[in-house]
Amino acid sequence: MLAIHNLHASVEGHEILKGLNLEVNAGEVHSIMGPNGSGKSTLAQVLAGRETYEVTDGEILFDGRDLLDMAPDERACEGVFLAFQYPVEIPGVAMSHFLRAAVNAQRKHRGQQGLDAVEFLGLAKERSKIVDLDERFLSRAVNEGFSGGEKKRNEIFQMAVLEPRLAVLDETDSGLDIDALRIVADGVNKLRSPDRAMVVVTHYQRLLDYIVPDFVHVLVDGRIAKSGGKELALELEERGYGWVEEEMAGKEAAAL
Amino acid sequence: MTEKQQMHSAYIAHFQRRATSLTNDGGAWFVPTREAALACFSRLGFPTLRHEEWKYTNVAPIAQTAFEPAAPGAAQVTLDQIEPYTFADDACTRLVFVNGWFVPELSSSGAASEGVVAGSLIAAMRTHRELIEPHLARHAAFEDQAFVALNTALMQDGAFVHVAKRRVVSRPIHLLFVSTTEGRPLVAHPRNLILADADSQATVIESHVSLDGAEAAACFTNPVTEIVASEHAVVDYYKIQRQDDRAYHVGALQLHQYGSSNISAHTISLGGSLVRHDINALLDAEGCECTLNGLYMVNGRQQVDNHLRVVHARPHCNSREFFKGVLDDRARGAFTGRIVVHPDAQKTDAKQSNMNLLLSADAQVDSKPQLEIFADDVKCTHGATIGQVDEEAVFYLRSRGMSRAAARGLLIHAFAREAVEGVRFDALREQLEGLIFTRLSQGDMLQEA
Repeated sequence: MLAIHNLHASVEGHEILKGLNLEVNAGEVHSIMGPNGSGKSTLAQVLAGRETYEVTDGEILFDGRDLLDMAPDERACEGVFLAFQYPVEIPGVAMSHFLRAAVNAQRKHRGQQGLDAVEFLGLAKERSKIVDLDERFLSRAVNEGFSGGEKKRNEIFQMAVLEPRLAVLDETDSGLDIDALRIVADGVNKLRSPDRAMVVVTHYQRLLDYIVPDFVHVLVDGRIAKSGGKELALELEERGYGWVEEEMAGKEAAAL
Repeated sequence: MTEKQQMHSAYIAHFQRRATSLTNDGGAWFVPTREAALACFSRLGFPTLRHEEWKYTNVAPIAQTAFEPAAPGAAQVTLDQIEPYTFADDACTRLVFVNGWFVPELSSSGAASEGVVAGSLIAAMRTHRELIEPHLARHAAFEDQAFVALNTALMQDGAFVHVAKRRVVSRPIHLLFVSTTEGRPLVAHPRNLILADADSQATVIESHVSLDGAEAAACFTNPVTEIVASEHAVVDYYKIQRQDDRAYHVGALQLHQYGSSNISAHTISLGGSLVRHDINALLDAEGCECTLNGLYMVNGRQQVDNHLRVVHARPHCNSREFFKGVLDDRARGAFTGRIVVHPDAQKTDAKQSNMNLLLSADAQVDSKPQLEIFADDVKCTHGATIGQVDEEAVFYLRSRGMSRAAARGLLIHAFAREAVEGVRFDALREQLEGLIFTRLSQGDMLQEA
């Protein structure tokens, strides 16, 4: 579904991704781990189409199509979803208004009829249960005054409504207490399906106790330094990232 | 004689030509006030950019145009023509003025309700002199305001609204001012006086629209509205400026508040080429609440200037100012918010906010708070922001599937809509929300800045 080849990306002339390769198939959950500054969030932003990141080399194919050639909204309509690390507050725009506009933009893109207010409300109420959100939050302004936990639950709620094929979760666990983390992880697990792939970006192994990945990749200095199964996350938890960095440095030295 | 002086003298000559009809219009008792105002205007002349209060608004185009005074009954306007600007007959009492002159045929017939007068000011100056004389031109000072002086000297007609003690007027009173130039540059000087007696309540909407099509010429509207709220009176007032892009509009609103009265005045500017609102409030007794809200949405080469002055003369009064602006293309805006707190106005609570969204690199806004505080136990806060559409928010919305234009539209709409959320007359709020939406989808406000 997703094929990333030799991806190089920079922000303000500073190269962050330095030749990243990744293959993700439908139904799989991949976790991207790594120390701070390794490029995890950059990867998430580049997948969503953030314009402040410049892709200088490589390609990203989504179902064989050039993802980098698509505008952020086109990617969303094609089924790419980013759960933001820092969801944006939008005063004056009600959740229901925002999300119905998003749903209908995507439906229009697929040649489907838009949902009317009643149809949308039915869908939204049903999906809000996935992350245990009170339906009253639909009339609140987008993320405005939401607690950290509510913001993250709101991201997963939007994912539940928009039903993407590829979901990228950027540090969805950051700032959550254990109860909120469980709710968010439960929500994500309910949305796992054979047609849907997920890329879970996280610094800590903690989230992966609840969202158990099929594959774990360690990102070091803009490249994937090591890949493995879910047990790799446990090893990282015990030993930290230092040994992976040393291993990679060793490999590079040998290559020279 | 300079060109400027010639233009002054055109207005003065007009005054002299009309001396007889001015005596008839409203009666002889008001003529000395007219003459005093004319003398002030002759002395002051039109302000220039050198006047501190007018440094952001160049009224030279008004001073340099030879406007003709609109004659009563000269323009024919039909109900069909004004229909888009009205509210349902059963929702409002409507008074229609064409180029400043009252047109009974287009207005609601009969009294608004018992204890309520709503009709032509000129007519009421004869029938209700005892109510009008203590107030008309006693609140809106003309000694140092050229446009108010000009209006006071040459005022044609306008609305007189009187709500008797304890009367609650449930239906809003809509004053619809229509300009139609029919190809000749015209000037109108509408004048309104609104008196809310003790414990009364009323809603007044003053809207200004243009009916001209392709044959439009420049028009100059110079309205003055005085509102007096007695003890515990509650007045909601809305001024909606949606004239066409040939219109010059320089208006003054003067609020005078007595004990525990509550006035909220909304000033919405969508149309016009050059628009200036002078909004003055005097909180002259304890316990007053004064809310001044506003929205300006302008593009092209439109200019809009809101000039507010709130005077806290007595203790324990609250004032709230909340103005928002959306400016595109080469539009210019200005906001001046002066708050004056007199020495004995302790426990004053005054808040002021002016937020602006610039949609193009060439749009410009000047925002200036001015606090003059002579009391020591007060709360006065002010804030001004000038910014662009939040690109973080645009990306967030796009990441959910909305196009760039739709995302920007949603954000700008939300920004502007907040300024009309407080409109308590539902039909008006819906109309304004619709106008904001139309304004956004018509113009290129949604395109890349």
